[in-house]
Amino acid sequence: MRIILLGPQRRPTLEGVARSLFPGPGPAGPVATITAGWREREPDDAELSAVLSAGHNQGASHNQSCAVNLGLYRRWLDVQDRDPEYFAGERELAAVLAELQELYLLRLDYALRAVYAVQRRADQAGAAAVEDAVAAVRELDAAHLRRVNGARGEFFQRLSPHDRPVIAGHRAEVSAVLADAAALVVAGGHVGVLAEVLHLFNIAAALRSAPLIAWSAGAMALADRIVLFHDRAPQGPGHPEVYGSGLSLLRDVVLLPHARARLLLDDTPRMAVFARRFAPARCVLLETGTRIEVPDGGWPPGTRVLGEDGHVTARAAA
Amino acid sequence: MTAPVAPSPPVSRKLAINRLRERRPLDAAAVDRFLARHEVPIVEGVRCTFLYRGEADEVFLIHRIFGLPDHLPLRRVRGTDLWYLVLELPEGSRVEYQLEVVRGGQRERINDPLNPRLAHSPVGSSSVCYAHGHETPDWTRPDPEARPGSLADMVVPSRALRRDCPVTLYLPARFHRTARYPLLIVHDGGDYLRYAAAKTVLDNLIHRLDMAGLVAAFIYPGDRLAEYANSAAHARFLTAELLPRLEAEFPLAGTPSSRCLMGSSFGAVAALSTAYRHPDTYGSLLLQSGSFVFTDIGNDHGGGPVFEPVVRFVNRFRAAPRRVADRLFVSCGVYEPLIVRNRSMVPVFEAAGMTVRYVEARDGHNWENWRDRLRDGLSWIFPGPQKFIYE
Repeated sequence: MRIILLGPQRRPTLEGVARSLFPGPGPAGPVATITAGWREREPDDAELSAVLSAGHNQGASHNQSCAVNLGLYRRWLDVQDRDPEYFAGERELAAVLAELQELYLLRLDYALRAVYAVQRRADQAGAAAVEDAVAAVRELDAAHLRRVNGARGEFFQRLSPHDRPVIAGHRAEVSAVLADAAALVVAGGHVGVLAEVLHLFNIAAALRSAPLIAWSAGAMALADRIVLFHDRAPQGPGHPEVYGSGLSLLRDVVLLPHARARLLLDDTPRMAVFARRFAPARCVLLETGTRIEVPDGGWPPGTRVLGEDGHVTARAAA
Repeated sequence: MTAPVAPSPPVSRKLAINRLRERRPLDAAAVDRFLARHEVPIVEGVRCTFLYRGEADEVFLIHRIFGLPDHLPLRRVRGTDLWYLVLELPEGSRVEYQLEVVRGGQRERINDPLNPRLAHSPVGSSSVCYAHGHETPDWTRPDPEARPGSLADMVVPSRALRRDCPVTLYLPARFHRTARYPLLIVHDGGDYLRYAAAKTVLDNLIHRLDMAGLVAAFIYPGDRLAEYANSAAHARFLTAELLPRLEAEFPLAGTPSSRCLMGSSFGAVAALSTAYRHPDTYGSLLLQSGSFVFTDIGNDHGGGPVFEPVVRFVNRFRAAPRRVADRLFVSCGVYEPLIVRNRSMVPVFEAAGMTVRYVEARDGHNWENWRDRLRDGLSWIFPGPQKFIYE
């Protein structure tokens, strides 16, 4: 599958991408969009539709959008409304996951503070101790991800979404749109909501060979590991935390939208810990203007990544 | 941790008041022009010049800055009716004050007639001096972009307190019955709403994703000094009457980590003592300028009879610290006498196994100080969804 990752779309580059994907008369079918990350603003997609329509030269007649919003957030609310048993289970799961996340963050706080404390001792013995301390954090991250995925797996097994009429109905409708879609566009927003609805409506199974374009939270939700980060929160830098799994269309990568705005990139010791903690996964920056076409063979030259030395570098050509 | 302030500019010029004093002729017209040219107090780097104009025998600056004499005399500029006092105030300071004017043995305490900036509280108003580097946070002012939450009044009959207890309930914008919200219970709720712009602050912080959307219950004391001074009845009201009712009627998460008690001064004592009486009920406490008066030896705590039950409670807590919540946000102004008490409590709270975030500010025991620390506290206790949002 052709996956194109973009940086934040405040100054949209999507139009150029759409134009390059569908030259000439435009796409053969509709472009499916997911704006569930915008939550209650999901339907406010006129600008996105306009950008997509402008992206192909003649494909849609004037004032006619080629975009079809899958409406996953609306569908999720509908499921909550019409399937109370599922909604109750979902709420229980949310409480379990919140508890897991809270305990994980408690342990992570101590574990990462230990890393930084040891890191400040820069001698040879200190370097080995840093390795050990980072390894402890990696174990903690991995165990947390296993627990989260385990809780989700148990939930899906118990409530069998595919057997539930309301969910099955929505899945069929979504799948039908995607079957004819020339491309799927996943916008940013709330990454937790996006991951939730992408799983609920089984988007991974409904994807065909059409290109997938995603940015910011939309891109993060495609990865096998979603890492939340915000070093500039009003309450002070938070610890980057493993949240869960996305669609796992992208593996061994941690995607970092708005990296410069959200991370203390100049704090190289801190950034080094970030990169080493998630290695061998690549920590890929998605800044404004970024366009990365992810081939099966790996990350293309020029991709900006956070190195294990804490510096941002562009991948060299192989 | 101290609230950040802007760097101080270098001060090399002679103070404005000293330039005036050297002026010849120094007549009423010169003073008129001087006052017309300057905002009062005149802030020049760390030095603030307080002024009063009028005939008097003596004029004093009255303030509550811990560490300074509470009556600071102003001096008369020779040959004029202008009085002045130069006070060094560290960067970022905010000081509430009044002037005491003595004429013919009569003492009159007034707000500074030359300074239009006032602070309000339940006991009246006072003038405010904003020192260099002080910035009023923009999130304390109404933001037209922020969707407003709603306030609704309710009454909770209390057997514990033997009265009907009014409660003002805040529901966030986009309140949704299917969601699950944290709960913040605010002591002296009416004062927080009126003097600390609590609704504006909540609207703005939630809008900016700095804190989670929550339900807040603003409660009103009856006999405040009795109910808030480690009262079993008050604790029972909150925990056995108010909390169950709110959790039955509103979509609240209903877990300890989603509940916070907040208060300032005696309200902070009420929050702490309620959690002390009902451990494992409230996950977080937000304690501002807590009246945590205690004695290490003897009985002379200096607070008078109303503090007796507080001192007994705090002494007992200090003697055998108990984990009453998971997380405590504690703030205090460095200019208030309670600063020493609050600093002293931090290690005690920590020793009991609670996670403490402690913030000081160059401010006093007043509502604007408490207002301006709310983002630090609320965003730490109930972080917003910013970490989830990548547009």
